[in-house]
Amino acid sequence: MATLTTTPADDRVVTRSAAASILGRPEVGALIGALAVAVLFFAVAPAFRSAGNIGTILYGSSTIGIMAVAVALLMIGGEFDLSAGVAVTTSGLTAALTTWYFSINVWLGVLIALLVSLAIGAFNGWLLHVTGLPSFLVTLGTFFVLQGVNLAVTRIVAGGVSSNSINDIDGFDSAQAVFASSFSIGPVTINITVVYWVILTIVGSLLLLRTRYGNWILSAGGDAAAARAVGVPVTVTKIALFMGVGFCAWLLGMHQLFNYNNVQSGQGVGNEFIYIIAAVIGGCLLTGGYGSVVGASIGALIFGMTQLGITYAGWNPDWFKAFLGIMLILATLVNLYVKRKADAR
Amino acid sequence: MSTIDNTRVGTSNETGEPVLELDDVGKSYGNVNALRGVNITVRQGEVTCVLGDNGAGKSTLIKIISGLHDYTEGTMKFNGEVTRFSSPRAAQAIGIATVYQDLALAPLMAVWRNFFLANEIRNGPFLDVGTMKRICGEELTKMGIVIPDLDRPVGGLSGGQRQCVAIARAIYFGARVVILDEPTAALGVKQSGVVLKYIVKARDAGLGVIFITHNPHHAYLVGNHFVILKLGRVVLDAHRDELTLEQLTGEMAGGQELDELSHELRGVDPGRVAAPHAVGHGAVAAPDLDGGLDGGLDGGRHASADGS
Repeated sequence: MATLTTTPADDRVVTRSAAASILGRPEVGALIGALAVAVLFFAVAPAFRSAGNIGTILYGSSTIGIMAVAVALLMIGGEFDLSAGVAVTTSGLTAALTTWYFSINVWLGVLIALLVSLAIGAFNGWLLHVTGLPSFLVTLGTFFVLQGVNLAVTRIVAGGVSSNSINDIDGFDSAQAVFASSFSIGPVTINITVVYWVILTIVGSLLLLRTRYGNWILSAGGDAAAARAVGVPVTVTKIALFMGVGFCAWLLGMHQLFNYNNVQSGQGVGNEFIYIIAAVIGGCLLTGGYGSVVGASIGALIFGMTQLGITYAGWNPDWFKAFLGIMLILATLVNLYVKRKADAR
Repeated sequence: MSTIDNTRVGTSNETGEPVLELDDVGKSYGNVNALRGVNITVRQGEVTCVLGDNGAGKSTLIKIISGLHDYTEGTMKFNGEVTRFSSPRAAQAIGIATVYQDLALAPLMAVWRNFFLANEIRNGPFLDVGTMKRICGEELTKMGIVIPDLDRPVGGLSGGQRQCVAIARAIYFGARVVILDEPTAALGVKQSGVVLKYIVKARDAGLGVIFITHNPHHAYLVGNHFVILKLGRVVLDAHRDELTLEQLTGEMAGGQELDELSHELRGVDPGRVAAPHAVGHGAVAAPDLDGGLDGGLDGGRHASADGS
């Protein structure tokens, strides 16, 4: 009774072929989509082929990708953040307005903006936890609050719809070098945001796939009750994910501030959907528990290529959004198809 | 075997100090008393079976022991010390592992990730994937389940395989006490056998096993001690020496109530075979709870209603 008789090996579950394993990865659909978009614009837009424009395309992609990485991790953790778009503006405004209003060193304003951004993220996570409401509703609320606060506070402090110029305040040049500089590799001009984007993608991917915390993210999104039952600190995990979005919003907000020297208070509305779409194109399930950081970055790259490709091809840029919608649906269908095929093997 | 309330029996056959002791433990949610006056003693190297029908309070009991809920009455002692768990993590940390009815597995996650969830082996800041996959494979092989591709999502496995992953995980990490919540309920005969063998194995390894089930046959095969819950109270608490399978089955099935039911149902002639014929829509009348069936299934309530 005590000794376990050996049961014959269960031959119903067999090892998947290498091809099926690769095709089963969440980012495959996005990769196929990216290749298709690249080939399309390569064919129709001569400017797309010039090496000098690679930097521009990558820059456009990076401003989406920085946020898409954090948003993808959050979605894998099972939550949305609809305030992600305006949170970028809030962060830029916080740094610009505090620096200008108190005449403090720019870096101090940058630090305050970081704290505010992390606090917004933590607040979202905390509110989600205490109310038990879906994150869609909670962050929809934050979205409107931030949108209103952005406009109102800017009008009170700066007296208009944009923050005042801060390029004559101490620390501006060094901050600009950190957040909004660029360098050249041969004919290609690389903006520093591209570097941050790549670093975030690598760190985010390692975090998700190779750390304990990544396991917690996957389980919190896959089945929060199950995760909690075996001892995963689900609440802390989710709050940290929201704070991660806050951090990335800060990074992008700082870039926008130091790139343009001021921030428009009405900016950022609608961008939250672009980040979510990038994550979904990259293979993240809307229901959580499954997805890829690399995929989200590829999704951002598709955006960058499309945005500029349409211009380079000489098409009316009005078509951009329509094109995006089609891309989104196609990518989701491809993801679904590839996943089914791979799982069936 | 009389019905016993709030009295501990069967502690004469001691194999050692109890590792977990529940003394008069109760739990109420607002004005609902889900559990009252429960006394359970779990010793290492013993299987304690907790039986009960749906809604008897088994789940509440597990949630208290595994740290998901706090208790509101009585005391719970672990190693002789009064313990209150703030979270499942705290319960796990001192060596209480739980396999839930819903298995607590994330369906989209790989088998090895689920196995080590919240107990990840790390190499510096990073996961030691190789070691984890190896251990996971070995532990599952011990359960008689071979999954060649541990990167498969758990959702792709059969029910029995999932159960084995959950149990193997709990036993691998549960150093002292392992709680199994209806591990055989959703399984076929063969898979149930594997699970029962594993329970015995865990017992022989010196773990205290709490086996929650509503199947007295499964319980009697492996149990040292039996506790039956009913409506949040302990109605039977006995050592194996003190009862037979028939008694256990009888108690579990409701004992006295079953007798009453069988008396009531005698009038309906269970062996009868009616001639087949077409039945029109609505032609079968609903059982009349106020009359019919020689006093009715609901006879008790009916009588009390008359009395009031």
